[in-house]
Amino acid sequence: MELSDLIIKLVLVLVIFAISLVVAMYSTYAERKVAAFLQDRVGPNRAGPFGILQPLADGAKMFMKEEIIPTRASGFLFVVGPSLAIMTACIGSAVIPWGPQMQIGSRVIDLQVTDINVGILYIFGVVSLGVYGIMIGGWASNNKYSLMGAIRAASQSISYEISMGLSIIALLMLTGTLSLKEIAEQQHGWHWNVIYQPLGFLIFMVCAFAETNRSPFDLPECETELVGGYHTEYSSMKLGFYLFAEYINMFVSSAVMATLYWGGYNYPGMDWVAAHAGPTIAPIVGVIVLFAKIFAFIFFFMWVRWTIPRFRYDQLMHLGWKKLIPLAIANIVLTGVIATLIKHFA
Amino acid sequence: MEPLSNKRKLIEVKPLNFWERAYLPAIGQGLSITMKHFFKKDVTIRYPEQKREFSENFRGLHSLKRDEDGRERCTACGLCALSCPAEAITMTAAERQKGEENLYREEKYAAVYEINMLRCIFCGLCEEACPKEAIYLDGDIVPTDFTRKDFIYGKDKLVEPPLNQ
Repeated sequence: MELSDLIIKLVLVLVIFAISLVVAMYSTYAERKVAAFLQDRVGPNRAGPFGILQPLADGAKMFMKEEIIPTRASGFLFVVGPSLAIMTACIGSAVIPWGPQMQIGSRVIDLQVTDINVGILYIFGVVSLGVYGIMIGGWASNNKYSLMGAIRAASQSISYEISMGLSIIALLMLTGTLSLKEIAEQQHGWHWNVIYQPLGFLIFMVCAFAETNRSPFDLPECETELVGGYHTEYSSMKLGFYLFAEYINMFVSSAVMATLYWGGYNYPGMDWVAAHAGPTIAPIVGVIVLFAKIFAFIFFFMWVRWTIPRFRYDQLMHLGWKKLIPLAIANIVLTGVIATLIKHFA
Repeated sequence: MEPLSNKRKLIEVKPLNFWERAYLPAIGQGLSITMKHFFKKDVTIRYPEQKREFSENFRGLHSLKRDEDGRERCTACGLCALSCPAEAITMTAAERQKGEENLYREEKYAAVYEINMLRCIFCGLCEEACPKEAIYLDGDIVPTDFTRKDFIYGKDKLVEPPLNQ
């Protein structure tokens, strides 16, 4: 690899990192605004116009607050927990194709940090690592409520990862590749996978809600039962990192959903745009389209959070093991049968 | 058992049908309800700038009234303090001197009149007990403060401003 390529990749990494942090930051603001609008309220509106500076104020507050490590807690693990949570949340974005190839001068740039041929597996691996952050945090706190929250998080993640994986298999049967870049390329124009895999998408989305610990599956931090859940003992920015990790996770999983099922950076009429706008501008439109989809998903996450009440834990397990897994398997069989029939007769 | 009224309603517990068990239609309905609220006007009153109108019979801060000549109505009879269930009112009476006829309406007046706003429950019994129509709870809400002693309101805060001002 040439030095210039390396620099481009480095810039891309930094840009994506910065974007995911900013998106996560403003998701906290958006969350509060969306909640307010759904409940006929105003939401934050004091810091700056429309409360735009609220995330900065929140961040400043988080850093200023007293940092408490409980005496009986395991000091090292207590710090490792939140760092691990936010780290795993951040590295998931490495394999997401943010746009088609972009041409600047004579150089062709991939708008993706790395196109590994097992992209989806990488995402799954990273996502399943995320639970370690919560688990370690809950364990290190030396608090029974935290431990319960952490255990819940772990069992929930493991349970839903199975049906998530199974729902992906049906998709992979159609696409024939694990590379996110190729999957995105295959959905050129409006051939989005959600048209061919509506049930698979539904299962995947429900699992994504559970994996990101978002309501209605936010049982690890169920305050009525567990005080605060796995982050009961956390204060200041360590708590902030946990909350932040959740928002980054939401951003990444929205990006994954958009890429896998909703066409990624593809949109109807993109060939026309590519022909008229040229190879430098057209990819930027693609990136904008992808981000529009991501924001729509993030909004949907919030919309659901302020609509549906939290599940009971046994209901959650029941849904995961007895409903979603059989459904996902049925989806695989159905996809296989239909795909074979189409191949046979068409 | 014999029903007490004809309002009794028989409730039938039917097993959920497939769509009800699938939850998704119900979730969709819920989402549509919250979405409707997204576009509704908010009901917030932005407090420090805007204030909600108090109702006619709102009981707020006390004020000691003056009569039409600007003299204090209170004669320090102590009925308000007696009627106060929270024992928030204390007063010291004094005799009116020569030359003070334009200040106090009758021979006796309250030299010190204090209401402890931390004890007051705004029941309005002082208002009802007062035979001289001297005390009314027609003010605003009690403002915040930092020390307990600042919540003991003396005559400087309670008495109405003089008429000619």
